Amino acid sequence: MSTAIAEPAAPEPQSNYLTNGYSLWSWLTTTDHKRIAILYGVTITAFFFIGGAAATLMRLELVSPTPILMSAGTYNKLFTAHGVIMVWFFLIPSIPATLGNFLIPLMVGAKDVALPRVNLLSWYVFALGGCFVIVTLIAGGIDTGWTFYTPYSTRFSQTQVIYGLVGVFVTGFSSIMTGLNFIVTVHRLRAPGLTWFRLPLFVWAIYATSIILVLATPVLAMTLLLLAMQRVFGLGIFDATLGGDPVLFQHMFWFYSHPAVYIMVLPAMGVASEVITCFARKPVFGYRTMAYAIAAIAAFGFMVWGHHMFVAGQSLYASLVFSFLSYIVAIPSAIKVFNWTATLYKGSITFEAPMLYALGFVGLFLIGGLTGLYLASLGMDVDLSRTYFVVAHFHYIMVGGSVMAYFAGLHFWWPKITGKLYSESGSRLAAIVIFVGFNLTFFPQFILGIEGMPRRYFEYSPHFQFLNILSSAGASILAAGYVLPLIYLTWSALHGARAPDNPWGAKGLEWQTRSPPPVENFDAPPSIPERPYDYDPEAAEEARR
Amino acid sequence: MSASAEAVGRRANDTDSEVGLWIFLASEVMFFGLLFYGYTITRINHPQAFADASAHTDLLLGSVNAFVLFTSSLTMALAARSLRLGAQRASVRLLAATLALGILFLAIKCYEYHVDIESHLVPWGDFAVSGRLAGGERLFFFMYFVMTGAHAIHLTVGLGVLSVMLVGVARGTYTEQNSQAVELAALYWALVDTVWIFLYPILYLVHRP
Ligand SMILES: [Cu+2]
Repeated sequence: MSTAIAEPAAPEPQSNYLTNGYSLWSWLTTTDHKRIAILYGVTITAFFFIGGAAATLMRLELVSPTPILMSAGTYNKLFTAHGVIMVWFFLIPSIPATLGNFLIPLMVGAKDVALPRVNLLSWYVFALGGCFVIVTLIAGGIDTGWTFYTPYSTRFSQTQVIYGLVGVFVTGFSSIMTGLNFIVTVHRLRAPGLTWFRLPLFVWAIYATSIILVLATPVLAMTLLLLAMQRVFGLGIFDATLGGDPVLFQHMFWFYSHPAVYIMVLPAMGVASEVITCFARKPVFGYRTMAYAIAAIAAFGFMVWGHHMFVAGQSLYASLVFSFLSYIVAIPSAIKVFNWTATLYKGSITFEAPMLYALGFVGLFLIGGLTGLYLASLGMDVDLSRTYFVVAHFHYIMVGGSVMAYFAGLHFWWPKITGKLYSESGSRLAAIVIFVGFNLTFFPQFILGIEGMPRRYFEYSPHFQFLNILSSAGASILAAGYVLPLIYLTWSALHGARAPDNPWGAKGLEWQTRSPPPVENFDAPPSIPERPYDYDPEAAEEARR
Repeated sequence: MSASAEAVGRRANDTDSEVGLWIFLASEVMFFGLLFYGYTITRINHPQAFADASAHTDLLLGSVNAFVLFTSSLTMALAARSLRLGAQRASVRLLAATLALGILFLAIKCYEYHVDIESHLVPWGDFAVSGRLAGGERLFFFMYFVMTGAHAIHLTVGLGVLSVMLVGVARGTYTEQNSQAVELAALYWALVDTVWIFLYPILYLVHRP
């Protein structure tokens, strides 16, 4: 960003999407995809900190092997709230509904998404689902875990399960609307000449994600509906006392919830591709394989859900197939990691904050992915699936992967979104603090898992205490790391220096318009490049000398 | 919208809406697909109970309803086609017929529910069947109410859409040149119809002699 600061400030402020009405009403009735992105951004930020607070309390409790702060019931409610909020109210909408909403129309050279009113409706539906979750929390919370496994959730839990189910059910419809909108937008609203293989990988990633959103979310909605009916009426097809099958619920739940992992990770991969190519000043290595890998991950992601049920009593043959297919998913994922690395090779690399976050993403995703292979193997999983190893694994994917990439994207496009620059040193510091805090929090959990500490336990054997203290110490560093961006980005939005239109010298169509963009996105038709990511590392090296 | 603005990017048009509706229908298929999946697994576990329970359903009412709904699909398709060909009055009449058939379906379905309740076939509460297979039969009727209920909700939404279309065509809002909305409504109605094509045999015709 050093070059950016040296540039003269942009000329007279012109009207843009932010100056198009200042009242709250103008925001709540907007159909502008850029404003809806910000509505989503504000909402999920609130949920992120609520979910984070729950995690903080859990880590505080786990400092000691015996109860110090809360009852076991409260602890159960905390990890449920943490899971439900982070999965459905932060991670699922995070990159698609904020950055995706803002960027997809810009990246394809359109004025808006295909169905702008549906887009606004999706935010209201999301907010309504969020209200149910807030009501659930106020009414005392849920203690079933985010997976709502029956029969505990239907027969035994004394908590507000129905409110929570309704909240997640309702929110599902906002996912479907968002996905539908992006699919139509990418198919129909691409600027003339912008063929599929000229699209940025971010668009490919969001497109694949949208297909998962549209096809998997209805399954979750119906599953939760059946579960809710079973709880209310005392019978249902998951009810073993009548000859129903609780494992059937797990099949249905994971048929959504495994692809949901790709709803969270594919957009993150898209962001990483954009950021790494820009700060390596080099075209993405193997653009087409990257695009095909995205499609392959989305497709195979639908066929591996059974790896969550190796110990649930499904047939051994089913387990073998699910295990094999889970290994298959590792192939396109590995291709992506190799290609990011190859993109860096002989690049003209600079380490601005978005790049630090993106590199953090690649490293942490790599660890998360490799430990996933342990869990995909039947023998290992039987031993590890009930331990902290699983907790560490999926946090490396979801927090180390998705959240890091979300921050990478937020920092990369922040000047475009707000038209403001943020603190260069503050943002780099935050990236490093988050990286260190994250690893200190979750790496000890791998060791705890291998040593056999069970997950979701409230009390534990004293010899696990040292690693738990390390983990909790890491969590406090991580929490501080997450508060930093909240501070400097808020400050930037209010008082930051004006950003030029293209502070990074990046190549996408979104950088051809003003910062912040005008209401209908482009003042003049953007020029469509012959190929995406037309960076030149040698010229960049020359310029730096 | 000026010509130069058009070049920068365009607003959604009819084809976009059609693409959107097809994607919506795909998600609807997944909604019902989950129910069919749950039904299938449960039936595999309780083949005899499902056959016995199915015999308690009212074959006559179910069959009449199938006939009513399939006929409504025909009138709906013809209504959309008439409008496209410029026969506005025929379109209005056909839409009205579709609406009437849809309402008739719902009325028969409600009467059937009433009979089911009278015969103690509601699986929660006092259930008509007892004995070894009662559990499986309860699960059959659980799925029966969930699936026909989900279908009825979709049909009711469809009736609302049809009413809007009927008024729109009668007033000339939707015309030969502007028939998109009616055609999309017809697509949605076809989904409602298709779901019943699958529900009818798996609920009413399990192992009927
Ligand atoms: Cu999985």
